[in-house]
Amino acid sequence: MNDTFDLRIGESHIEVHKFHGGTILLCMIFALVLQAFLPVYIPKASVLDLPLLITIYFGLSRRNPSTGLLLGTLIGLLQDSLSKTPLGLFGIAKTVIGYLASSIGARLDTEHPLARFALTFAFFALHQGIVVLVQKLLLAQPQPWFTMRLGIACLVNSVLAVFLYYFLDRFRKS
Amino acid sequence: MVGIPSRHRSLFLLTGVVLLQVLLLAVQIKRDSQGRLIRVWTVSAVSPVERSGAWGIGKIRDAWRHYFALSDTARANEGLRRENGQLKLEIMQLQSKSAEADRLAALLNFKQTQAKVPMVAARVIGSSADANSAVIYLDQGLRGGIRKNMGVITPEGVVGKVIESFRDTSQVLLLTDRDSGVGAMIAGTRIQSPVGGTGEPFLNMKYVGNDDEVSVGSRVVTSGMDRIFPKDLPVGVITQVKPGGQYKQIRVRPSANIEKLEEVIVLLTTDPLALKPETPPTAATAPSASGQPVSRLTNTKPAEKHP
Repeated sequence: MNDTFDLRIGESHIEVHKFHGGTILLCMIFALVLQAFLPVYIPKASVLDLPLLITIYFGLSRRNPSTGLLLGTLIGLLQDSLSKTPLGLFGIAKTVIGYLASSIGARLDTEHPLARFALTFAFFALHQGIVVLVQKLLLAQPQPWFTMRLGIACLVNSVLAVFLYYFLDRFRKS
Repeated sequence: MVGIPSRHRSLFLLTGVVLLQVLLLAVQIKRDSQGRLIRVWTVSAVSPVERSGAWGIGKIRDAWRHYFALSDTARANEGLRRENGQLKLEIMQLQSKSAEADRLAALLNFKQTQAKVPMVAARVIGSSADANSAVIYLDQGLRGGIRKNMGVITPEGVVGKVIESFRDTSQVLLLTDRDSGVGAMIAGTRIQSPVGGTGEPFLNMKYVGNDDEVSVGSRVVTSGMDRIFPKDLPVGVITQVKPGGQYKQIRVRPSANIEKLEEVIVLLTTDPLALKPETPPTAATAPSASGQPVSRLTNTKPAEKHP
């Protein structure tokens, strides 16, 4: 079985990456644990959304919308389980992000750090938008669409994503 | 079965997974006022169907009841019609009794205010068989003290005079008869002239000269000159005045409702009676509760007897 293969869309050739066994699962658990663990000791770490970054990264790398959205669903539901939010709030948002990341990853070259920064920034903003939308529509909780904290979180997570994705690239099968 | 194109499978999967999670959220979310969101949604989704179903079933049931299952309706309708007829009859009887009570109360009131005048109330039991003569029959006669030429009135005004008295019945010639007449005068000007019947509902004031001032709307009262009726009893109201050859042609509408008499009062005396003003002393008449002028009668010193 090939570890990488070409996905031909139009004139461009996009690589689909595979990872060593258990990598995705471990990364997912590690991100969730850190997400729950870090803010206890570093309160400002609450601006991070590591599960979202993992969802985006594996969505962009795997480039399979079905796998991407299911991975987003799983990570989102687990994140909901670890928080006090109703089950499904982050699940819905990360499902959509997983799907979009996989779909976009299948069409664009997302290996460049700038592209990764921009995509993460956009996905993070969209993720927050979906969360606020669900909160408004389903939970009847009035939430602002944009705050300075959200803007900072977008930037911080996008910068972190560039380095995190570079690190995670190490676990790809070559 | 139509297969889903592979490029759309992930989209369908996305839709399904998101919807499942929305449902998952709905199951968990409990709003303060409406309960769990899933219940709100379910009720919102089901209630229009239920409402439509109830509306449809109601229409069908109404159609069945109103257009098909009418076997009992005809019977019920018949019963209701019968009951309605009985109720209408009862209402008419009650209305009649109520009107009668009002009239009797008016008569009683009149009798009480004229306590010194001997009078008897009588009920109209019949009328003339001849259309050209205005005659009625009363249920009181000689045994009730009624004699020929006694005056017959109602609280509203003069009705006529007794022309025959029998044992328990008496015959009254109404004021509207051609042969009837009463000594009268115009209340304001005191112009005296007999008023007679014409065979029509209106009376005629006969001998008022063309030079005399007479205006429409003036009241006509008894003058007492006929020795039958006391003075100043209401006779009628002038409704029309025309100049005639020698005398004015004056039409008078009777004060008493002569065409619809049911109870009357017979003045049991042929002695002259005079009006005693009630209040103030200058007023010739005082309005009654019904708006009609009421004369207070007192039996004056008998000047002379008239058989």
